[in-house]
Amino acid sequence: MKRHLISAADLSRGDALLILDTAEELANLADRPIKKLPTLRGRTVVNLFFEDSTRTRISFEAAAKRLSADVINFSAKGSSVAKGESLKDTALTLEAMGADAVVIRHSASGAAHRLAGWVRGSVVNAGDGTHEHPTQALLDAFTIRRRLKGAGAALDGIRVTIVGDVLHSRVARSNVLLLSTLGAEVTLAAPPTLLPLAVDTWPCAVSYDLDAELPKSDVVMMLRVQQERMTAAYFPSVREYSRRYGLDAERMTRLPDHAIVMHPGPMNRGVEIAAEVADSVRSTIVEQVANGVTTRMAVLYLLLGGTEFPEVAP
Amino acid sequence: MGATRHPIAGRDDLAVLDAEEIRRALTRIAHEILERTHGGDEVVLLGIPTRGVPLARRLAARIGEFEGLEVPCGSLDVTMHRDDLRLRPARALGRTDLPAAGVDGKIVVLVDDVLYSGRTVRAALDALTDLGRPQAVQLAVLVDRGHRELPIRADYVGKNLPTSQREVVHVLLAEVDAQDAVMISGAPS
Amino acid sequence: MSPADASWLIEGAEVAGPGGRAVTDLLLAGGTVTAIGTGLSKAGARVLGAGGLIALPGLVDLHTHLREPGREDAETVETGTRAAALGGFTAVHAMANTEPVADTAGVVEQVWRLGRTAGYCDVQPVGAVTAGLAGTRLAELGTMADSAARVRVFSDDGRCVSDSLLMRRALEYVKAFDGVIAQHAQDPRLTEGAQLNEGEISGRLGLAGWPAVAEEAIIARDCLLAAHVGSALHVCHVSTAGSAEIIRWAKSKGWPVTAEVTPHHLLLTDELAVGYDPVFKVNPPLRTAADVAELRRALADGTIDCVATDHAPHPVEAKETEWSEAAFGMTGLETALRVVQQAMVETGLLDWAGVADRMSVRPARIGRLTGQGVPIAVGGPANLTLYDPAAPAEAVSPVGASKSRNTPFAGMSLPGGVVATFLRGVPTVLDGKLA
Repeated sequence: MKRHLISAADLSRGDALLILDTAEELANLADRPIKKLPTLRGRTVVNLFFEDSTRTRISFEAAAKRLSADVINFSAKGSSVAKGESLKDTALTLEAMGADAVVIRHSASGAAHRLAGWVRGSVVNAGDGTHEHPTQALLDAFTIRRRLKGAGAALDGIRVTIVGDVLHSRVARSNVLLLSTLGAEVTLAAPPTLLPLAVDTWPCAVSYDLDAELPKSDVVMMLRVQQERMTAAYFPSVREYSRRYGLDAERMTRLPDHAIVMHPGPMNRGVEIAAEVADSVRSTIVEQVANGVTTRMAVLYLLLGGTEFPEVAP
Repeated sequence: MGATRHPIAGRDDLAVLDAEEIRRALTRIAHEILERTHGGDEVVLLGIPTRGVPLARRLAARIGEFEGLEVPCGSLDVTMHRDDLRLRPARALGRTDLPAAGVDGKIVVLVDDVLYSGRTVRAALDALTDLGRPQAVQLAVLVDRGHRELPIRADYVGKNLPTSQREVVHVLLAEVDAQDAVMISGAPS
Repeated sequence: MSPADASWLIEGAEVAGPGGRAVTDLLLAGGTVTAIGTGLSKAGARVLGAGGLIALPGLVDLHTHLREPGREDAETVETGTRAAALGGFTAVHAMANTEPVADTAGVVEQVWRLGRTAGYCDVQPVGAVTAGLAGTRLAELGTMADSAARVRVFSDDGRCVSDSLLMRRALEYVKAFDGVIAQHAQDPRLTEGAQLNEGEISGRLGLAGWPAVAEEAIIARDCLLAAHVGSALHVCHVSTAGSAEIIRWAKSKGWPVTAEVTPHHLLLTDELAVGYDPVFKVNPPLRTAADVAELRRALADGTIDCVATDHAPHPVEAKETEWSEAAFGMTGLETALRVVQQAMVETGLLDWAGVADRMSVRPARIGRLTGQGVPIAVGGPANLTLYDPAAPAEAVSPVGASKSRNTPFAGMSLPGGVVATFLRGVPTVLDGKLA
């Protein structure tokens, strides 16, 4: 029985397809005069955001409200947490408020895990440190499916190349797990310093040569590279990084015609991705945002809409 | 009532409608719809998944045969509007497929296989309200088995089937179950 | 007769020594073992039936954090030595990373006196190598050696003496008074922000890795330095197979290197971190099963000289939090012998004579302690641990004599139990409880 969504590894192929299929149905809501469903009326969803992230928080807020849930937003700045209240005490406060679900974003890997031990409701991991961001992977999978496959399908045979700072990326971890569960072939392209030591145990291939991977990619997913990584000697300079691993207009021409370019945002235009690429028709960056709301609606519905997440055949 | 023994999953069940009777019932309902809507011009058929959908399509086909009229046909999933969601694990959603012309100002005929407590239809009315404003809403069911819990009634009924609440009514349709039949079984053990 | 004068007859204990195992009686009087043999006469002594129990020389811990002065919310000398006594220890070395740091005669004498006053076991203070543990200049090593605390072991434990020149000078300087530098081997540049052993688990969990090479490279350098200047090096809490191999190589050259391993590194692996429970967060981190296997072999063949607990108590709020915020460290005094039984004796790698050697004799020798770690013999000090290896395996409770609850063994079933501990003939623990 799934009470929480903390890691993409929590989802079997059947679970993932159920979420995507549910999201597919909910996507039609946007075309209706009343963009709301009564399903989670009377339920309380708390957005517990210790890290600044307007985009993700608004996405979860919209998802919960479209299902008629009550939303309480808790952001760390200026709160009791900033004054030193522990995660555990914050959790106990939420319990007392009767949260049915807590959506947590935190800078410490494992924060969602720990929270799940302290609250009775469902915990949805909206990004914990450098560990995972499962709803991002779900909306990415949904986006790929809509663009390249079709309703009801899994991702068998789709070749995805994820480029950038894998070592520090929770988006990369969740995507590698989820996309391979759905049957995609995943390749990581990055300099060796930005790959975890034991990456050879992950369900994906590894390449140091982005140019070699582009012609055989159906999807290129660019990860944000932070400038701070340069001072810790992960790569010599932003210029060199861009030259070797940035997706510029020239590289974009080497992609197959149908290939799409994705980015979880926020982007460093000119570093990992050129402006022309971000704004091209191949780019799914804008629709990823809309898909984020529908996939998160599907997750909240499946976790809270019944007594529990349904038993799905693996 | 021709009672033929049809085994379902090892249980010895009663077929209360066979394929021929179902065909006749649908033909009759199609005619009734045309009568009561004065020719069926504004009619939109919306089947409630799962088996309401093929029934709606069959009705649309019949009406097309009789009148040469193409009746818009679609499906309306009611899962998100059910009042009993919290009694069971979350349910997978069915397809909601509205015909291009929409429902505003139309006579929407909801189509379902079995009318029982009426809660599914109430959910369908709520779902429909969020989609638009029909001129009127009517209900066609293949089987009305009684035991209403809400003030809901069908406009078109294939067969009235008094049942005990311990009995289970199974509607089998070729599009889903490879055969057409309506079966009753005793309370599941 | 006052308790200090009481004599004790220990009946039917199994004494495991270099000569083999023998079930015998022991008579303790006036702080020494006055007779060993069968059928000894009581003569006014209190009797302790020790059938089925193993008698070990009082255990000596080379590495404990008693937290006083400064962090009395986690532990005090009194509560820590109570925990030590319950674990069968008659002497512990109290590490210097207190507040203020034990880098002057004043602080080490204070800790020494607190130990004597509490009276549960001998407390031998460890002096810091560098002033304030800052790693920039040497602390007053000579003054601490000359103080009443008679410091011989010096360590910046918690931090690494990473500056090669400073480490060389420290090794050279302590030759003057037969001191030993105990190094916490951790290259700071390779382990900035490190949380967990660098490996498959850390990659999966998204926690910054603590690579084995950060420990091994420092050990290799320090062994070479110790050989070069001819001074004694002790390596704290060895945690990797590679470290054990380097120490084996250094010893094969006859270099003056000794090493210790913690009980938790003999039993636990980084797999335990998957639930992100910081009770498993420790420095150096838990490693892989291959490392555990090699450490056990190295302790068995003497490459690693002794078991040292690195008992590191922390208050609840330092552990009941996100992993990256949590403090590093595990308690260990009360469970040490049971873990060693599980990891080394039950697996046939070490017999009880070997346990006596690794947990009493050798640590006392490395710590240059007199009157501790002496094999049980007539005329020797009556520092004794009576242990029941056949006590029914029980789940470890986090609640014990230590003020802190951060034991990684909570809920785990471990065999055995300490029944009694004698400090110079006076029982500190009887019947498994504080006397």
